[in-house]
Amino acid sequence: MLRDALIQAGMNAGLATFLDILGGVLVAATFGMAWVLFGIWIERKVAARIQNRVGPNRVGPYGLIQNFADALKLLIKEVIVPRNADRPVYFLAPVLMVVSVILIAAVIPFSSVVIGTDLNIGLLYVLAVGSLGTLAVLMAGWGSNNKYALLGAFRAVAQLISYEVPMVLALLIPVMLAGSLSMQDLVRSQHVWFLFVAPIAAVLFLIAAHAENGRAPFDLLEAESELIAGYNIEYSGMAFAMFYLAEFMHAFFVAIVFSVLFLGGWRGPGAETYPILGMFYLGIKSMVVYFVTVWLRLTVPRVRIDHLLALNWKIMVPLALANVILTAFLFKLVPTPDYSAARAIAEGEFTGVASGLYRLLGPEFVAMLPLAGVLLVGNIALLVAAAALLRWLARRRRQEVEALVDETEYAPGVAAAE
Amino acid sequence: MEITIELLVFLVFALLTLAGGLGVVLARNLFRAALLLLLSLFGVAGLFVLLAAPFLAAVQVLIYMGGITILIIFAVMLTRGMVRARNVFSEQWDLAAIVSLAFLALVVYLLWQLQQGSSAALFAAPPPEGGLENPIAALGAALVDPAQYMLPFEVASVLLAGALIGAIYIARDDEVE
Amino acid sequence: MVPLWMFLLVAAALFAIGLFGVLSRRNAVAILMGVELMLNAVNINLIAFWRYRTPDTMIGQAFAVFVFVVAAAEAAVGLALIVAIYRRRQSVAVEDVNLLKW
Repeated sequence: MLRDALIQAGMNAGLATFLDILGGVLVAATFGMAWVLFGIWIERKVAARIQNRVGPNRVGPYGLIQNFADALKLLIKEVIVPRNADRPVYFLAPVLMVVSVILIAAVIPFSSVVIGTDLNIGLLYVLAVGSLGTLAVLMAGWGSNNKYALLGAFRAVAQLISYEVPMVLALLIPVMLAGSLSMQDLVRSQHVWFLFVAPIAAVLFLIAAHAENGRAPFDLLEAESELIAGYNIEYSGMAFAMFYLAEFMHAFFVAIVFSVLFLGGWRGPGAETYPILGMFYLGIKSMVVYFVTVWLRLTVPRVRIDHLLALNWKIMVPLALANVILTAFLFKLVPTPDYSAARAIAEGEFTGVASGLYRLLGPEFVAMLPLAGVLLVGNIALLVAAAALLRWLARRRRQEVEALVDETEYAPGVAAAE
Repeated sequence: MEITIELLVFLVFALLTLAGGLGVVLARNLFRAALLLLLSLFGVAGLFVLLAAPFLAAVQVLIYMGGITILIIFAVMLTRGMVRARNVFSEQWDLAAIVSLAFLALVVYLLWQLQQGSSAALFAAPPPEGGLENPIAALGAALVDPAQYMLPFEVASVLLAGALIGAIYIARDDEVE
Repeated sequence: MVPLWMFLLVAAALFAIGLFGVLSRRNAVAILMGVELMLNAVNINLIAFWRYRTPDTMIGQAFAVFVFVVAAAEAAVGLALIVAIYRRRQSVAVEDVNLLKW
């Protein structure tokens, strides 16, 4: 849009394209940050309600301006640099952290037409860019030259790279169903929301992304009581604010990416014809997902580091692998939905209940239903099987412990040590 | 030669790659070397994008920058005593410099010869238009097609599994037992 | 448009840099980084030739994918070895690892 206007004003086409892109990037980035400040307000309010408090209510109506005041305060605070810090590394870390999050915005389809760039490797791009955040954590931990920061960084990286495995495996499912890595294609192929087609993948992705983000119950990166504050302990002022900002923005983008991949993105009644409606739908969906993550964060206690890694490697990764195999198998088993035939029925003559159904619910939706039903049943079966297996394993372990207790008569200390 | 935006972008990424690479081999501080390796790998990813291989560029960022470099940084941190060693180069560094410069000179000479000789047209030609409609899908299909790369693909997965188990076994602390 | 020889030149230079790193550094981790640079140079070559010569098949890209696999495996095993050696001898300089040398 801007590009055409500039070219009409007699500007060089290449320069106009560049300015257009630059403008888009600036708008997206600033909008993202402003939105984050507002989002933090929502989160603080929700947190306060859950903890039976009132939350920010002094600055501005309902405390709306509180976060802007906080941001301003952080801006004018001194940035204290440890004397032995590795300065370039120390200062680049928060920048890389924020960049790795903002870059995700480039491929998010906010509506059928509003998207930074619809890369044909969109989802892979999200993963690749997201993995740069891990490096920022390592740089912060090393650059601070502080043993707590380094220990925090070690932990953080162990967690981040472990949880990348189930996340990638879970994301394989929507890619498999859509047959494309492009974010726009992923949205367009969700005639039935993937949440109902692949619930296991959705939950696995939400958990893994939550862990990637490092928020409670997976906030071991900054477990205050154990590590003081983790990798960002030596940061203050604006540098700290950038880590803080990156964390919140990451949480928002997780919610948005989840909505795009599993909740149909901008899809909704009338979204194709009025793209602005699509943005509205996506906003609502992602706010709901965001609320769920905040809720999770505020009600579940922090897990221990070994439990965290065990949950990942012993439960989530095997489940994700089984899910990939099962979905691939069922997907091959069920005939591919014939959308053009369904469309023909819907547009053809009215012949009875069937065509009425097609018209009422949308031809693509009806055509996809058999596939969705089979996959949903498969998912539920897998979940039941996994739960049964876990129960069996746990019972066997308990029986072993009880047998041990019987042998050594009653000596709780011995049993616990074993 | 005409200067286009594409050429400028190429030069930027090439500079990143080579400067980063030089930094890796010359840096005294090993952690800095690892970060410069990152820069170099990023430059290579950019070159992949220019070569119309965005999938490989993303894989480069994900696997190399997000995976292998992190492994390397971990190793640097675990062997912290070695980060600020006084002499980072061995006694044979002069010989190494001669060998690598000789190699570079040889390749440059060969390229120059080829450009002058029979392959001049190939070297100056622009990349062919068209190509595959959906290269990512084609790559995926090629990797699991028995007539193409299915066997190497399976061997590669076995190699990865072997490397995974081997690495765990080697790096495990014996005293933990 | 960028002619093919430029990519080949960059790849050659990167390979030479990596070679120098492998041959001259004392620290085993640094040597491994040199190897990674060389593998990347090879990948640039593969993709450049793929783009300019055979863009309608997948040979070049598939080969580059296998190079990624080998690089990942090599880094994992190599770094595990380095960490194990450091634990035994408190050093990762290659000339200190000479038990089998006489």
